[in-house]
Amino acid sequence: MKRSIFRNRWLPYLLLAPQLVVVVVFFFWPAFDSLRLSFFKVAPFGDREIFVGLGNFMELLTAPEYGRSVVHSFVFSLGVTALALVTSLFLANLANQKIRGLPFYRTAILWTYGIAPPVSGIIWLFIFHPSYGVLTYLLSMVTTYEFNWLLKGWVAMLLVIFAAAWAHLGYNVAFFLAGLQTIPESVIEAARVDGAGGFKLFRWITFPLLSPVTFFLFLMNMVFSFFETFGIIHAVTQGGPGDTTTIMVYKAYVDGFVNLRMGYSAAQSVILMALVIVLTVLQFRYTERKVTY
Amino acid sequence: MAALLPGIRKGPLDGRKWIIHLLLILSILLIGFPLYYGFVISTQSLDEVIKVPQSLIPSGHMLENYVTVWNRIHMGRLLINSAVVAVVVSLGKISIAILSAFAIVFFDFRGKQIAFWMIFITLMLPVPVRIISTYQVVSMLGWVDTYAGLTIPLIASATATFLFRQFYITIPDELVDAAKIDGAGPMRFLWSILLPNSGANIAALFVVMFIYGWNQYLWPLMATNSDNMRVVVVGIASTVPTGTQLPEWNLVMAAAMMALLPPVLVVIFLQRWFVHGLFETEK
Repeated sequence: MKRSIFRNRWLPYLLLAPQLVVVVVFFFWPAFDSLRLSFFKVAPFGDREIFVGLGNFMELLTAPEYGRSVVHSFVFSLGVTALALVTSLFLANLANQKIRGLPFYRTAILWTYGIAPPVSGIIWLFIFHPSYGVLTYLLSMVTTYEFNWLLKGWVAMLLVIFAAAWAHLGYNVAFFLAGLQTIPESVIEAARVDGAGGFKLFRWITFPLLSPVTFFLFLMNMVFSFFETFGIIHAVTQGGPGDTTTIMVYKAYVDGFVNLRMGYSAAQSVILMALVIVLTVLQFRYTERKVTY
Repeated sequence: MAALLPGIRKGPLDGRKWIIHLLLILSILLIGFPLYYGFVISTQSLDEVIKVPQSLIPSGHMLENYVTVWNRIHMGRLLINSAVVAVVVSLGKISIAILSAFAIVFFDFRGKQIAFWMIFITLMLPVPVRIISTYQVVSMLGWVDTYAGLTIPLIASATATFLFRQFYITIPDELVDAAKIDGAGPMRFLWSILLPNSGANIAALFVVMFIYGWNQYLWPLMATNSDNMRVVVVGIASTVPTGTQLPEWNLVMAAAMMALLPPVLVVIFLQRWFVHGLFETEK
């Protein structure tokens, strides 16, 4: 806590005003309104709102397609997180060695941070294209299995997982690199003197020391896959084939803006809000990035 | 697994270094392949694209493809819109975060805790969970299809506020006292002492927030109706062929390359700042 401060009665409020106005008008009010709407049925195109209590939530709990969207969300998010974390941990370790050309290597990895998820989706869509895609072509040489995402749900899921993980690789590598650089040289040296090397050193020294970063990134990747990948689904699979890639955020959007069931969609937003609250609380309880006030 | 060894033995017979180089090069080629493939497709004619397997060497139709798609989907306008959104969102977030963090660290006032927690809670309200009602607010304000509507609902930032707060706490009291003795008011202190020392943080945040702004999809999709106000990421998604459309994947890829380039260049040129700013402040 600082001891030396400025004295002024109005200035601090004035300084905070821009941020707080945005927070209240575009964050709190909409969140509160979503909460309120989740207890109502709203007539399409009309202003008529009918109070239904927990009706929307009961309907969600019993709707098999909502249950499926929850499962798809977790399959997708865990898939993206696992793929992105393993790959980026490997890359960050490679890019943290004392070798020549390091700045080049790092740039050649970190640029992926700039890829917009939907753009990534479009590129991977073509790689997976049933008639023209290079991956489909390569697979057709080794197997007769019809690797067609338009027909097979799991192929479509794989496609969106690859697209999301590719777009999030640079972010993860940056954080792992930052984490690796906080490990003191002396610890590594000591372990090496004790005879640890190669995989042993990684398994028993580097990896445990990185675990706070890994846990932080696990949560950030889950948040990313749940909340920032809408564009991939919307631009690439539109939730299909069938509803095999319909994740929760996409379903909330379709129910709200395509099917015009505002209350039903708001109830889904409330469930998503609960989920992001859990992830944020975990992040601040169990990572080093604590906010102490 | 030699690659995971976090240190290198010295000596001319050290094969490990070469393995690491080799693994790095292979990884980079693998990560870069989707981009390269997309680029090659964007230089081919439609005939070349649909002849499987395609040649993996760039062909001669690049200019023609880029010009065609540029005119067809009004790429110039899309790119300008994205640039406006990304710059306004990133600078807006950074500015209001600096002001908030300054108030929280350098002043004592009633309601400080409340203000801090209000900003903190925005972390738990990403766009998808407040989408319907945010849209209603923006439409009530008459901001649909405007830059204000595209940007202002996105510019609160808990992350940036925490980062600046973390940094300001490390500013020694002596500096504040010296400023006071010299008769500098708080705004003068902010402008002449704090800001010039915040360069690394501002640059790191600029990268993160620029990418965030440029890559937005759901909000711009909702907040705009006219093609004139579309951002590029949303605009190019509409070029993806569906059903009966001609599979003009060369044009789609040309558009994708143009949408990809600006944020990737920002990362490449500000990468040094991005990594430094992150790990200096994340500790």
